[in-house]
Order: sequence, then structure tokens, then C-alpha cells
Amino acid sequence: MTTMTYREAVREAIREALASDKRVFLMGEDVGRYGGAFAVSHGLLEEFGPERVRDAPLSESAFVGAGIGAALAGMRPIVEVMTINFSLLALDQIVNNAATIRYMSGGQFGVPLVVRMATGGGRQLAAQHAHSLEAWYAHVPGIKALAPATVADARWMLPAALADPDPVFLFEHATLYPLEGEADEPGGPAELGRAAVRRQGSDVTLVTYGGALGKCLDAAARLAEEGVEAEVVDLRSLRPLDLDTVLASVARTHRAVLVDEGWRTVGLVAEVSARIMEEGFDLLDWPVRRVCGAEAPMPYAKHLEEAALPSPDSIVAAVRETLA
Amino acid sequence: MSAAPAVSPALDREQGLALLRELLLIRRFEEKAAELYSLGKIRGFLHLYIGEEAVATGAVPALGPEDALVATYRDHGHALARGLPAASLMAEMYGKATGCSRGRGGSMHFFDAERRFYGGYAIVGGGLPIAVGLALADKLTGRDRITGCFFGEGAVVEGEFHESMNLAALWRLPVLFLCENNLYAMGTAVERSQAQLDLSLRAQGYGVPSESVDGMDVLAVREAARRGVEAVRGGGGPYLVEFRTYRFRAHSMADPDLYRTKEEIEEWQKRDPIRLFAAVLREQGLLEDAEVEELERSVAEEIDAAVAEAEAAPWEPVGDLLKDVYAA
Amino acid sequence: MSAGTLIEWQKQPGDSVQRGDIIAVVHTDKADVEVETFTAGVLEELLVEPGTKVPVGTPLALIREAGAPAPAAPAPSAPAAAPGRLLISPSARHLAEELGVDPGTVRGTGPGGRIQRKDVEAAARPPTPAPARAAPGPPAAPPAEERGAAMRRAIAAAMARSKREIPHFYLGTTVDMSNAVRWLAEENLRRDVPDRLLHGVLFVKTVALALREFPEVNATWRDEEVVPGGGVHVGIAVSLRGGGLVAPAIHDTDTLTLDELMRAFRELTSRARAGSLRSSELSDPTITVTSIGERGVESMYGVIFPPQVAIVGFGKVVERPWISEGQILPCPVVTATVSADHRVTDGHRAGLFLAAIDRLLQAPEEL
Repeated sequence: MTTMTYREAVREAIREALASDKRVFLMGEDVGRYGGAFAVSHGLLEEFGPERVRDAPLSESAFVGAGIGAALAGMRPIVEVMTINFSLLALDQIVNNAATIRYMSGGQFGVPLVVRMATGGGRQLAAQHAHSLEAWYAHVPGIKALAPATVADARWMLPAALADPDPVFLFEHATLYPLEGEADEPGGPAELGRAAVRRQGSDVTLVTYGGALGKCLDAAARLAEEGVEAEVVDLRSLRPLDLDTVLASVARTHRAVLVDEGWRTVGLVAEVSARIMEEGFDLLDWPVRRVCGAEAPMPYAKHLEEAALPSPDSIVAAVRETLA
Repeated sequence: MSAAPAVSPALDREQGLALLRELLLIRRFEEKAAELYSLGKIRGFLHLYIGEEAVATGAVPALGPEDALVATYRDHGHALARGLPAASLMAEMYGKATGCSRGRGGSMHFFDAERRFYGGYAIVGGGLPIAVGLALADKLTGRDRITGCFFGEGAVVEGEFHESMNLAALWRLPVLFLCENNLYAMGTAVERSQAQLDLSLRAQGYGVPSESVDGMDVLAVREAARRGVEAVRGGGGPYLVEFRTYRFRAHSMADPDLYRTKEEIEEWQKRDPIRLFAAVLREQGLLEDAEVEELERSVAEEIDAAVAEAEAAPWEPVGDLLKDVYAA
Repeated sequence: MSAGTLIEWQKQPGDSVQRGDIIAVVHTDKADVEVETFTAGVLEELLVEPGTKVPVGTPLALIREAGAPAPAAPAPSAPAAAPGRLLISPSARHLAEELGVDPGTVRGTGPGGRIQRKDVEAAARPPTPAPARAAPGPPAAPPAEERGAAMRRAIAAAMARSKREIPHFYLGTTVDMSNAVRWLAEENLRRDVPDRLLHGVLFVKTVALALREFPEVNATWRDEEVVPGGGVHVGIAVSLRGGGLVAPAIHDTDTLTLDELMRAFRELTSRARAGSLRSSELSDPTITVTSIGERGVESMYGVIFPPQVAIVGFGKVVERPWISEGQILPCPVVTATVSADHRVTDGHRAGLFLAAIDRLLQAPEEL
């Protein structure tokens, strides 16, 4: 039984990829000498050299685009965009190129690119450093979006992403890096495109992804003390979404509370809610509820930031509301 | 600015006629495209290369078949010069399934895997980072290939140009930056949008060697391109060539062209690259009038056949709409 | 109608049935009625022998639905007025179908009285231990049946007593409904769907007004005496899907407008189905009106609910050839009937009573 931190798990995944496939290289800001802004790539420069662990200048558009070009030419780049906040500078390359080239070229070319980004708020970094914009990526056909929320997924989603012939975006919630957990399963590329039931229950289904998973599990523990058994579904894959797992859960519980740190309006779980209504209307004993980020730029002050994000308290309150 | 060298005297007839034919092919293809657009057969945006033919004709062949090519939305000339069949381009503009991009891209998005033609980009400057990446792959794998990247002078003030130039220079990547300066970015003249008009100084700012050449002179273009290819293939990092050229037609078929004077256009038309080169060939005794007629006829035949093929070609079934969004 | 005799079965156990299939024919006092099934499945067991007379609401057969226990197909019952919109979650609605619970009888505890699954589950649990009965297959027979059994026994006793003790006589008349139908159509154009008037309110109102002229029909028989009714309180027959029939009163029916009557109709029906009627509503009717038109029956002669002395029945409004000024023309008509207690009134008076109803129906705008 191997226990490691989420950070170590990602590092191990990158290391294994670099070691086993010559086409793989890591490229991003401060991934080399600095060891990675979140210390993920610590030691990799020393092990693999500067050609394969490339420090990029502050040119998100150029190095993400270069990742696309290299992928077009047969490489398997892992581009690290330091955070989702900076990825906005590369949106042209992502949305207009990475997502379109296979389709727009009539299937002649593919872009087997992997882009990793840290995401999320909760560290008092204020409005420009706290975005949860996964919904924007999940919106775009042509790319795939994943949210590893456990140490095992941090270890095993990357190899699966590298094996995927299409652009795959991995969103690593920054608060998860120190999380400890087991990384033995599945011991090979993780199954992509499937959600996972992280906790079984029969009274309500909590659906979430990424950094909010821990909050949902906390909420479920508290609810269990009150005799309410919550089933917690970790989406894992944001595009494509696995609604089958969600609906199978709602078929058992008849109640769904969706938790998303992103803004509520036009957010990612709004899509999940719509799909539950469309495909699971008859399963519902209560309208679907959402617990999301507050409709404001992220404030700096601790108490305000806490109020702006879902918490175990607010999740428990939402569940209680559905059991009135 | 470095001066453009004189036309090379060592030009043989076959080469000369081939170049002339290419110039004519592009010209007549574009004229036909304009006609078809007015008939509604070609839709969306259509950006004609008329007047700029010498640049694609002279520069594209300087790249080897193993090298990669990135172009812009004004990509018909580059695609033809690269050898993409006229029929496949015409079908693409019709939106037919036999088009080079299966009708998925249209005029602005020509792609060809076999010929390493990597598009066709609608976003100004959008192809530059991709060119950098293609070159990066070659460097990482130790392959002796380069990437030719065409773009207009309008891209020179986009952030992606600066990021790409810097990155290519920093990592000494084999990118040949080929700037087609036709003096107008859509409707905005270069003097109105660039604080520094001397592109060589910009290149110098990134440590990239460059030269500027008369883009209406196909031989000058060819020579400059060859120099650039050699410099890049030598492993010294990127090189930039500026081609001073002019488009005789508007930015696109939708552009009423209100921002230029007729006098200016007429002045440039005196230096029509086809007329210039035909004159050079005649001077050197390499061209008869009858041959011009023959070339025109051959080109017309090729284009008519391309149109006929496009007309008859099938449409992609609507049921295939979602095909190739992903690999599987 | 309050009871019917099973004439014959048209399907046999083991037959597959679809929604709408006719599985039996039941004889009422004046007409033979085809019984259709509202569920699809396999006919499992026939519960009533041909020739047996059973009260309205008695289960006649058991149908096993695919994968779920099926509610039995009940004998045709007097339909109630259209209920108000029921607030129930989709899942609870399905559960109710599965368990054979009439959602109209369930009390909802969700917001706005919305019915949730737990409410349906609570309603399905029997209040008292039920006698064992043959199960159609896993799980056991629907709990609703056990509640209905007690009610059926009560109805059976009352109906038997009524027929034993009250000398019934029966009159019927065919009423020209052209004015009423036309007037109703015009009125309803001006109303939103939930506020539209049904034929039933016209019938009830005309009966109520007619009763002012014939107070002896508006009386009750207690201890060998005619006791005049304190007011006109028409009882509306409401069938309960779990089995059973109630006929709660609309107090002072003759004083209400048609819209008020319509609202009272609806309100009473949903409370009847929710099991929340007041006892006064059950004991106060001075007469009962039963309208079975929706079941396709043209005329029905009811059994009087003691201690009342009459029951008025209306059948289906149908188009029939009618002679008008020497010409045969299609005309909407309804058959109005009265079953009356011969200790209290006679054919002459009862006939005039019916005629009064007819007369009132000719001028619906004055109701």
C-alpha cells in the first residue's frame, strides 16, 4: 500500500511518462530550475535535462501553441500552465486551435496535447488568482477536461491523458497538492470519462468534482450523524460528463445536491442539473439543488472568501432543505 | 534594410516557365474563386491573393517536401504552390466532402497532412505559436527539418508574434518567419498601426537575423527564401524575411476597399508580378507569346476541371456532423 | 350507480392486457357497462364470479404489471368532478402507481403541500393489520385494498339496508341540452382552463333550485318520520380509487353561483380523496346527485343513500335525433333520472320535480 501526497503522485506520473516515452516532454513556467510553482516537478530537471523539462518564458500563448505544434508533429507534450488564471492568455490557442484542428482539417491531424493547470480558490489569493473556470473548458467540443480529486487519480489520470489522441486538460485544485492518499489503484492509466462513487448512501446524491470533493465527504460524515446517508459522486471527468453514474445514484436516492466552487450562473453543475432533469425527471423527489461559488470576484479577506465558497456547512444545509 | 539582390541570371527556361505557370495558376484560380463567390458557390469569407502571387510562388518551393508550412487565411496561393491540387482546394471552398479539409474548413482553413501543410488560420498571428511548436518537435527529435511560417504585417503587432519570435530565438528553433507586408491589415494602413515600421529592427530586438525584399519580383523572393532556409537549416535559429508586396483586390470579398486610393492601386499594378516576370523571361529570350497563350490555356483547363470536379463532388452527410470532433 | 353485477369476463387469467382493453361487462340497474383496464400486464386472477352483484369500487380482477405489483381493476365507479392540480414529485407519482395508492388520497408534506415519496409510503401503510389475502406475486397485495375493504363493507351494509327498507321507484326523462351546451361553451371561452365549468355544476344547481319547489324530496326519513331538510345540501358522489364511494354535501347548494359550485366541487373532491372530509359533510346531504356520464352510461338509476329520500342521476350528454318543429335534428340530450322513496313522495310529484329540472336546464344563464 503506497501512500503519497497528491503532489508526489503527479510528479511520479510525469516522471514515469518522461522515462518511458521519448516523445513526452514537460514545458511551462518555472517547471525546471524552480522545481515547479507547486513543487510538482521538483527534481525532474536534474533527472531528465533541460530539453525534456523546459522552462518557458512568460508567454502562455506561445508555449501552449508550441505544445499544439509539437503535438501535431508527433510529440506528446505536457504543457504546464501555472494556474487556470494565466490560461486565459492562451485561450486563443486552446479554443481556436487545439480544439478545432482535428475537426477543421477533416480528420487529417490530431492534437495529442496534455495541459495541466492548478485551479481554484480558498488561499486568500484574491480575484485574479482564485478562478474556477473549468466550466469554460468543459464547454468546448474538441477538448477533454479532467479533474483529479484523489491521490490515485492524480497518479493515474495523466498516463491516460497522454495516451489520448485528443487535447486533454487536467485541472489540479491547488489545495489538493498536500493531500495524502493511496496511489496503488488502478496501477495503470485510469479510466477516463467515468465518474466515481466515493461514498455510498441512500438519502441524497452529492455530485461534485476537484477541490470540493473533500467538503462533500465532510458534509456526508456530518449528515450521517443525523441519520442521513449521502452518496458522494466525484465527476472526475468534466468533458465528457458521466451522467450515467450520476443518474444511477439519483435513481437510488431521488435527491441531488450539486456542489461546484465555480460561479453558479452558467456554471458547470448547471449542465449536470439540466441533464438530470432531462434524463432523470421521473427519479426526482425534490428539485435539484446547487451549492456554488458566490456571484462576486473572489475577495481577499478570509471570512469573505470562506463565505464565497461552498463549505461543509452550506452543503449540509442544502441537503437538509431537501429533506424537509 | 538589406537591399534585394539583382535577378539571378542563371535561370533556365524550364524553371522560368514553371514559375510563370505557377504565377498564372494562382492568379486565374483567384479570379475564378472571385467569380464563383459572386455566384454564391463559395460562401463565408474569401481572401484573394491577387497581386501577391510572387511571394508564394518564389518562397514555398524553397522549403523541402519534408519541411512544414504554416499559412494564414489568405492561403490559396501557398496551398497551390505547395502542390495541393486545385480540385481539392476548389472543392474545399465549395464545402464538399472531397475538399482538402473535407469541407470542414473552407477558404481560410486548408490542411494537407501528406504535404505537411498545417493550415489556414483565421486568427491573425494564431499560426505562429504552432509553427514554433512544429520546429520544436524537429529540434527535440534531431530531425533535419524546418518550418516555414507565413503571416501578414498585421500580425507583427499581435502579442503572439512577439511571444513566438522570442521563444523561437531563445530556443534556437528552426522557424523561417515569412512576413508578407502588403501595407494594410484589413483596412488599416501599416503607418497607422505600427510605431516602428522597420521590421528588421523588430527582428533585431529578438536577436533574429532578417532581410527585406521586393515581393513583386518572384526571383528576388526565391533567392531570399533560399537564403532564409539555408540560415535556418544551419541550426542558427530563426530567420525572418519581409516581402514587400501589395494586394490588388480588397482584403476580402466583403471589403468595399474604401481606405485606399485608386491611384495607389494602379501604381502598384504597374509592378504586377506576372507582367514583371514575363518581361524578364522575354528579355532573356526564354518566352514566346504563343507560350504564354499555351500556359494560359493549360491553366484554364486545370481550373475548369477543378471547378467541374467541385461541382460534381458529394457533400459530407449531415449525419457525420460529429465525426472527428474527437479521434474516437 | 352504486353496485353492479358482473355479467361476463372477456379475458381469462394468463391473457396479456393493454391499457384500454375491455376485460369484463358489468350490469348496472339500467345499462350494461364495459370495464376497461388502465394498466398493461398479465391478467392474473378473477376475483368475482359472473352473476355476482358487487358495490362500486370492488376489485374485480388482479393484473400483474411487468416488474411491479398491479392495482386491481375496479368496477366502474361514479366519476368525480375534475380535481385541482395535484402537487406531487415525479418520483412520488411513480411510486404511488407502483403501490396502487391514489395520489389524491395522500397528504403531502413538501413545500406547498407537495407529495413526496415518504408521503406515499406512509399512505400505503395500512392503519390496522389487514386480513391475509392471496398475493398476486411478490410483493403482497397493494395496501390500499385493505383500507378500501372496510369502506366497501360499510357501503355494502348501507346499500343492502337501503334496498330492504326503502320502497324505491324510478322515473326518467330526456332533457334537451342544446341551450345548456351552447351556453357552457360560450362561458368557458371566457374562462381559463382551471376555471372552466363542467356539465356537472349545471346539473347540481338545477337540482338544488328544483328542490326549493319540492321540499319533500329534500327531506330525510328518520324514525318513521319525514324531517324537512334545514337547507338544500346536495351530496356529490365521489369515487375513491382505492375503493369506495363517498357523497359529501355542498352546503346551501341553491345559494351558490356556478363558479362557487365549481370550486366547491373541486375542493370537496380533493379532500374526499385525501381522506379529510368533515363528518358534517358526510351526514348533512339532503339529497345526492350522481353523474356517471364520463363512464359512457346514458342513464343511471341510483340506490338512495339513507336517511335521504331520493337520488338524482344524470347520464352522458349525447347527440340524439330530436324532433323539433316537425324536423328530425341532431340534438345534445341527457337522461335525468330520480330514484325516490315511495313513503315520502309519489310519481306525480317526482315527475314534476324532474320536469322542473328540465325547465331549469333550458335557461342556463339564469342559474
